[in-house]
Amino acid sequence: MTRYGMIIDVDRCTGCYACFLTCRDEHAGHDHRPVALAQPDGQAWIKVGEQERGSFPKVKVSYVPVPCQHCADAACMGAATGGAVYRRKDGIVIIDPDKAAGQRGIVSACPYGAVFWNEERNSPQKCTFCAHLLDDGWKQPRCVEACPTLAIVFGDLDDPASEVNKRRAEKPLEDLLPKLATKPLVSYHCLPKRFLCGEIVLGDRPDQCAVGIAVTLRNGRQTLTTVTDNYGDFEFLNLDVDADFILSIEHAGYKPRELAASAAAEFNLGTIVLEASG
Amino acid sequence: MTASVFTNCTNAGPISVTVEDGKVTRVRPLVVDEADFRPWTIEAGGRSYSPPKKFNVAPFVLSERDRLYSEDRIKYPMKRVDFDPNGARNPQNRGKSEYQRISWDEALGIVSGELQRVKKAHGPSAVAAMTSSHHNWGLVGYKMSAFSRFFNLIGHTQVLDNPDSWEGWHWGATHTYGFYWRLGMPEPYDMLEDALQNAEMIVFWSNDPDSTRGVYSGSDASIWRQWLKDKGVKMVCIDPFHNYTAAAMGGKWLAPRIGTDTALAMAIAHVWITEGSYDKEYVKNRTVGFDAFKDYVLGKEDGEPKTAAWAAELTGLEARTITALAREWAGKRTVLSSGARGGEGGACRQAYATEWARMMVLLQAMQGLGKPGVSIWGTSMGAPVDATVWFPGYGDLQGRMSTSSAARVIPENPVAQRLYRPILPDAILNPPINWLGEGFCNRSLAQQFTPFSYPMPGCSEVKLFYRYGGSFLGTMTDSAKWMSMYQSPKLEFVVNQDVWWSGETRFADIILPACTQLEREDIGEWGEPGGQTKHGNSGCNFRAVVRMQKCIEPLWESKPDYEIFTLLARRLGVEQEYTEGNTDRDWARKFFELSDLPKRVSWEEFERKGYHIINAPAQRKSTPALRWFAEGRACDTPDPANPKRGTDKAHELGTDSGKIEFVSASLQKAFPDDDERPPMPHFIPSWEGHQSALAAKYPLQLLTPHPRFTFHTHYDKHAHWLDEIPGHRIKKDGYAYWPARIHREDAQRRGIADGDIVKLYNDRAQVLCIAVVTERVRPGVIHSAVSSAKYDPLEPGNPRSVDRGGCVALLTPGRMLSKNVAGMAPNSCLIEIEKWSA
Repeated sequence: MTRYGMIIDVDRCTGCYACFLTCRDEHAGHDHRPVALAQPDGQAWIKVGEQERGSFPKVKVSYVPVPCQHCADAACMGAATGGAVYRRKDGIVIIDPDKAAGQRGIVSACPYGAVFWNEERNSPQKCTFCAHLLDDGWKQPRCVEACPTLAIVFGDLDDPASEVNKRRAEKPLEDLLPKLATKPLVSYHCLPKRFLCGEIVLGDRPDQCAVGIAVTLRNGRQTLTTVTDNYGDFEFLNLDVDADFILSIEHAGYKPRELAASAAAEFNLGTIVLEASG
Repeated sequence: MTASVFTNCTNAGPISVTVEDGKVTRVRPLVVDEADFRPWTIEAGGRSYSPPKKFNVAPFVLSERDRLYSEDRIKYPMKRVDFDPNGARNPQNRGKSEYQRISWDEALGIVSGELQRVKKAHGPSAVAAMTSSHHNWGLVGYKMSAFSRFFNLIGHTQVLDNPDSWEGWHWGATHTYGFYWRLGMPEPYDMLEDALQNAEMIVFWSNDPDSTRGVYSGSDASIWRQWLKDKGVKMVCIDPFHNYTAAAMGGKWLAPRIGTDTALAMAIAHVWITEGSYDKEYVKNRTVGFDAFKDYVLGKEDGEPKTAAWAAELTGLEARTITALAREWAGKRTVLSSGARGGEGGACRQAYATEWARMMVLLQAMQGLGKPGVSIWGTSMGAPVDATVWFPGYGDLQGRMSTSSAARVIPENPVAQRLYRPILPDAILNPPINWLGEGFCNRSLAQQFTPFSYPMPGCSEVKLFYRYGGSFLGTMTDSAKWMSMYQSPKLEFVVNQDVWWSGETRFADIILPACTQLEREDIGEWGEPGGQTKHGNSGCNFRAVVRMQKCIEPLWESKPDYEIFTLLARRLGVEQEYTEGNTDRDWARKFFELSDLPKRVSWEEFERKGYHIINAPAQRKSTPALRWFAEGRACDTPDPANPKRGTDKAHELGTDSGKIEFVSASLQKAFPDDDERPPMPHFIPSWEGHQSALAAKYPLQLLTPHPRFTFHTHYDKHAHWLDEIPGHRIKKDGYAYWPARIHREDAQRRGIADGDIVKLYNDRAQVLCIAVVTERVRPGVIHSAVSSAKYDPLEPGNPRSVDRGGCVALLTPGRMLSKNVAGMAPNSCLIEIEKWSA
């Protein structure tokens, strides 16, 4: 039994938008009944979001492609009436273009913003994993074919040897919106997380980078440590977004420093100067 | 409904085109039999690296169907309403007046009549013809082929291109390490393997290969950089903009002020010299002039040691950061990735960019350029490639209808007079003018010093201007000058032959509608320009020669360029000489037959499949670029144009000394006293930089690098799907604006919020953009890419009008990058920015 799934590795996505454009090529101007009406302008069935974090000059940029998540607990199905949204045996969630006519609630029900309203045709629509192509013998949707870095991989979750299962096993799996527990068929690697970073400078040696300084990050639950690199930079990755931390720096011969890094703090704590204690 | 699938090749990748009922319904990256792929393997660090079996076209190619049927297509021959070839011509209304549809018969009659009239009255030198940058692909349709054959046949003043994407390398680096036959860019051979096996760090310096994509090779190299990142190779990005490669690679970002990269390079050299952390043996045996350079860096020449503290003041970086970078660079096997092919960033397209490009070579010389992991490599060429199978590119004489032995007779242009693209408007408006070098100088180092003047003695000033493909309003500098040129009565007649309406189109008197390459016959190899970029195909994971098939009939009343020139040749009485009886498909076959392909595949088989893949050989001997030089051996790379290869000087570089020259012998000979490109590179403050007096009025520096989602204006405006990519254009109130990125502090100071419409302005122009407030640019720098195809003046016909289309090139200075260097310098540009209220 085939059960389709997709893995998107955000760390490999370069934000080239090939997935978005090739999706448009496949769907613009063509109805693919019974699974989809033509995709009009303004609808991104795979929407690539650019996330910029940090501040000058310590910035990270991530691109997060978001197609329909094809949830096992699909809110759109719950919102639909008359069987307008259904799940195929292979797991793909389909909006029936005719039965869904007039049902705007299908659009607003989706917590991912992945369902769009077609004003002209009075119908909701979204990504189908290119079901019309799969049914025609294709192995993958157009977006997967066009991805130059193999950041998007598609295949049969029930086949242990499938590429999608191999890739899923490589890194921790994440859901886009884990708290919703919609059981999506789309999983992610390396979704962008909160980080904290900065540069440490020794007050009496501002012309040299402060290398190898120990930095500790604490809150009630955890203690993380790192040391500054050759630029005097430190960073802590993958932090809880709503945790309040205390950052402390102790270095022999210098006055210790403690900084609060609350959940609302900038990710880049900037340049932190350690004054000589003597 | 019956579907047919055709093959074609764009300037950024091969495609399969599905046609149903005469209409293109799908455009995919070329689909081939899986068995045709035999991927290469690189062994490194206990892992095997092989590319995926597919073709990664540039993303904009996936909007080809949208572009094909664009409402922006030039559908019919057009005449400016107030142009009368037999009466009032009203050149002052070019850019303003509307057009009326006319028949092909009338259009061809006017164009051929004007060609004859001007030629008879003033001689062929009064006709100037000019192409765009790469507006299509294929050996038949490329600009040097059908176009050049026609104009060489009838005679014309050729408008020479400048090396607009990599100026500093062409006019500077050549005098340091040769490679003039590659226009200043180093050979690329086996650099991917070398990096995977040996590199510990990559310094991307003013280089964004994830956006420039090796020019033609699509996104094939993106995965190479992922491999290098996954291996843990340390990444550094030096660029005032945290560019897209930096976004993908992470690592350390250093953002120097525009115009100060050379100072940063000098300070790095200072650290290495004072700490002794350079390759002394290499410097002794493989370079000349180091002592003088050392004296300059240590301050013995001018009393100013080029310390990290000195550079910190100029660059805005911390001295400690500069020192740390220099130390890490000396301590690790480091690839210097300073250009897609050794060019293309902002640093090589600004005032005195020769100095920076030369310093890039010299820094790597100090670390042993050519030794394992020590290279100048853009990261977008240099995959394993079968270089023994020859197929011509457009840069090869054999790859052009105008110069190939595919033709029985090669027409010689009888006109010796030349014009030069970046100063074309100056030449037309204010002759006489003089300049040095004919743009692409691939025959010798001294070729750059050839003096040109316009008008040339015995030649006429230009009266008729024939413009072919694309728009320079979005790519050249101070491009309002182009509009003044067009509105001058000196140009009695202007033709524009193109596929789509672009900014420049409506400055013509007659517009001829050409069709796309999906509507005609051709042949071409993906990513291979040949000539001075031989083996550019090593930027692709598989060599693919494509039979570019006519997928549909030309739309509306458009015609193939070759047919348009054929019809004009008929009216001028030279049809037979032009075509030699060949159709476009006949020419494609002739190119096929003179290549190595017939040894591998029959024409019939090639026609049937539509492509032929040339896999890298399973057993191959690696010949890394410049390893031969570092090791004092004869050149063993397959670099066909290296003039010393196969001679008793084969171990030498293309400089006069055969070594890397800290003090250039060729510059010493030609311009010993030039203080703007001295024989040895110096840091010279920019003539329009943060220290200029003008900065008091216009305090922001404009960075206009190559764009990510358009290519020399192509695809922008005509494929409106792209307008939904926020990095490309952003819609506000239904209008797709060009983004200008501004740092949060600069925006706050001016009351500008993200998404505001803003006016970028200086004394040259005013351009409206949409503000993107970001942390990805250095404060004091505005980032807005060149290559908008859309010129949308609020007052059509007024060259000084506010432009809403995003042609930021209008703002950039027309000044040449230094007094003896006729290269353009768009990134030396001061502006101010304010919220726009109409």
